[in-house]
Amino acid sequence: MTVSSTVLTTAGPAGEGLRRGALLGLAAAGAWAAVAATAGLLPDVGDWPETTNFAVGAAVIAAAIALATLAQGLAPELARWLVRKSPWLIVIGLFLALWQLASAKLGWLPQPFFPPPQALVEVYAYDYADLGVNLLASFRLLAVGFVYGGIAGFLTGIALGWSSHAAYWIHPILRFVGPLPSTALLPIIFFAFPSSWSASIFMIALAVAFPMAVLTWSGVASVNTAYYDVARTLGVKPLALIIKVAIPAALPHVFVGLFMALGAAFSSVMVAELLGVKAGLGFYVQWSQGWGSYNNVYAAIIVLALLCSSSITVLFKIRGRMLSWQKGLVKW
Amino acid sequence: MVAASYKEDLAAEPASTAGAALDIEHVSHAFDLDGSVLSVLDQVSLNVKPGEFVALLGPSGCGKSTLLRLIAGLEPPSRGVLKEDGRAITGPHPSRVVVFQDPTLFPWRTVWNNVALGPEAQGNLKEQRSRVDDAINLVGLSQFAKAYPHQLSGGMAQRVALARALVNDPSILILDEPLGKLDSLTRLTMQSELVSLWRSKGFTAILVTHDVEEAVFLANRVVIFSDRPARIKADFQVDLPYPRHRGDPRLAELRRASLSHLGLDASW
Repeated sequence: MTVSSTVLTTAGPAGEGLRRGALLGLAAAGAWAAVAATAGLLPDVGDWPETTNFAVGAAVIAAAIALATLAQGLAPELARWLVRKSPWLIVIGLFLALWQLASAKLGWLPQPFFPPPQALVEVYAYDYADLGVNLLASFRLLAVGFVYGGIAGFLTGIALGWSSHAAYWIHPILRFVGPLPSTALLPIIFFAFPSSWSASIFMIALAVAFPMAVLTWSGVASVNTAYYDVARTLGVKPLALIIKVAIPAALPHVFVGLFMALGAAFSSVMVAELLGVKAGLGFYVQWSQGWGSYNNVYAAIIVLALLCSSSITVLFKIRGRMLSWQKGLVKW
Repeated sequence: MVAASYKEDLAAEPASTAGAALDIEHVSHAFDLDGSVLSVLDQVSLNVKPGEFVALLGPSGCGKSTLLRLIAGLEPPSRGVLKEDGRAITGPHPSRVVVFQDPTLFPWRTVWNNVALGPEAQGNLKEQRSRVDDAINLVGLSQFAKAYPHQLSGGMAQRVALARALVNDPSILILDEPLGKLDSLTRLTMQSELVSLWRSKGFTAILVTHDVEEAVFLANRVVIFSDRPARIKADFQVDLPYPRHRGDPRLAELRRASLSHLGLDASW
């Protein structure tokens, strides 16, 4: 405090910013202290073994925020980061405190459907191995289905955009089958394939292939024909035109296709796991619901959200690298 | 810049015979537009000597650019035959490279990789890396070798397009209004640069332009086309030595003559 106050007296407008930052940081610490107080000081209306640990954890976070705010001089990077994130820390803290009160302390939210935050902590503390196994299963399903469907859709799209013979045969099929949600074929797929794994992979790949094919096709079809003229006069052969001109020029469309396909893949994975496959986060959610342990349901949904979000992040990272030649890329 | 180019011109000895002869024999061409036939070229015959710089002038949309596409081999003519050094032209070949009005650089390739596309397609990029560097140097953009096209100005982009053509050592350089979209100062500079490149490399140059002054200043032969379907209306030599001076009264005379062939001399 002494450090920051001496800066305050000498530094005018910059000092004003510092004072505001310190206030924000302390407010964030206060919000997390409220989380700790609501959890630790009031009696629970039900049986949640992790309540004390949750309160202690929140108190530690509150103390850490307060310390980092007050000792700005020691870790200025951390302090700046904290000031930037303080509004979010405040909102999250208030939300957790309110959630705590409404569920565990005052019983406004019906139990066991809306468990308090410490019930989720409990799941992560004791059931992480099971969650991890199921996360891996979901990820495998997603990745394998997405890669197969993505490659199939990409090749189909290039064939459609490049060859009028291919377009003659593929286009009607694509128009007929493509818009159909692949989940509608589920009953057929599950008895037509030898295992629920291969059936699910097929369903996910089908859902992925359609947007990929359409977007790749439109990408190839919209390539400026002058690019082909230039490449041909420079001696580029027809097959190389696809690789050196059509595909790179279509890439921005292809990435839109991948983005849409990823969304389709998420829902297909969920449907597959809820209805057929006996592993994965979707299966975990349904199984937990069957036992009435809603805290596991919430915990698994949060892990699922992280999986989906990081998949999109990875896709955008790859896109940013491959399309670095484009102006004005949207950052994710 | 312009003055400097003139000095270069004085220093550069005209190269001997890197250019190819181009023979256009009774070429007619038509497009099929929704069932109606649009005739764009009508019995065009033209013999271009190796190393000649020929400017094609004509009203907008008369079919000059179509003729260039036929010379490049991007399309076969409906009738007649085009020959490069006596051999019939049947398709595109890097010995006949086109520079279009739009630079049409590949936006996903850096300047260097754009210029390298020709050697890359020929499969001899490994041996020709220094040639790519030289071509980029030649148009004065070595500092921009790693830039992407969207980072370049219009004049720079067109210079890259020129380097991308020249790296292939074309025997016929086909120029489809290459300076048409540049601002007038860049245009004057690049006109002089074109002349010195042509004089040092010795390729045959076929230039389509709307700019009469550009045609008579650059070319040693001017061919004037009629309205569509294009027929050759006039064909004359520009009997002036290089380097030329824009203020030369003979250029003004030739320009007036060209404009009268195009039916535009009333304003003179």
